[in-house]
Amino acid sequence: MTRALVGVKRVIDYAVKIRVKPDKRGVVTDGVKHSMNPFDEIAIEEAVRMKEKKLIEEVIAVSCGPSQSQDIIRTALAMGADKGIHVEVSGPEYETLQPVHVSKILAKLAQEEKADLIIVGKQAIDDDSNQTAQMVGGILDWPTGTFCSKIEKNDSELTVTREVDGGLEVVKIKMPAVLSADLRLNEPRYATLPNIMKAKKKPIKKLTAKDLGVDTSARIEILSVEEPQVRQAGVIVPDVDTLIVKLKESGHV
Amino acid sequence: MSQRSKVIQLYKTLLYMGRDYPKGYDFFKKNLRRVFEKNKGERDSEKIDKMLAHGNFVIKELEALYMLRKYRTLKKRYYEKS
Repeated sequence: MTRALVGVKRVIDYAVKIRVKPDKRGVVTDGVKHSMNPFDEIAIEEAVRMKEKKLIEEVIAVSCGPSQSQDIIRTALAMGADKGIHVEVSGPEYETLQPVHVSKILAKLAQEEKADLIIVGKQAIDDDSNQTAQMVGGILDWPTGTFCSKIEKNDSELTVTREVDGGLEVVKIKMPAVLSADLRLNEPRYATLPNIMKAKKKPIKKLTAKDLGVDTSARIEILSVEEPQVRQAGVIVPDVDTLIVKLKESGHV
Repeated sequence: MSQRSKVIQLYKTLLYMGRDYPKGYDFFKKNLRRVFEKNKGERDSEKIDKMLAHGNFVIKELEALYMLRKYRTLKKRYYEKS
């Protein structure tokens, strides 16, 4: 039985204006709308489409994070995943949770669940790390296709079109494999209300990182989180002479 | 499903979808309620069917709007050189 493990991350919604906490130790997350990382939506969609084409038999959605991550797993189930696994990491450990921890968790789960394929979004829109797929591939020693914009499967071989600088690269890789989804891979479906309701009947297994033997203690220390610099207001100059004077003042000419 | 429950189902689905509306949930909720109330006296079954079809069309439009909005935002954020 071919199984796909798909990583889904709960992130602050893409439409929300991010604010830094006054103590500069992170960003404001309380009372802020969260949703599934858009690149992970693409990953789930791809896995579900493969299942619909009978190329794989089961799609498992995994999320590491606080208890609210279950909502994101629920969305994945509504999009067509068969079961969910929630690896609970909360509190200070979650704040310093890094791709290295998540990839160890995913690698371990892939072995336990006997997955043949791991699909993740190429990066999350909150920390923009873009490391998880690569590290999972490294830990498991599986071939890894990153930034996929097209995936074709024939038997146990995958033909993957990758988005690289200035063009596309087509590679063939053997399963088991790790893939990361780029923006143009597909157009994710909307998790409709009836499907969300039906998803409540699908099973979600709850685990802790300890159950999997993964140490999630902090490997980094957050020193400071800063807002990006605000663009300075421009001025309208009355004529060319003042423009030249201003430009000379600011050292542009 | 009876026509009555179809209408209720449509209202619930639209309410659910309004949570992602760019102008805010409250704006969406108010307008949704207004258009439903405007037609609450309708008894002609054929006309109601047409309205239901229109409602389902709006759902599809909203789905497309959200998808496009997300896609464009991501494209702007990650793929266009500034």
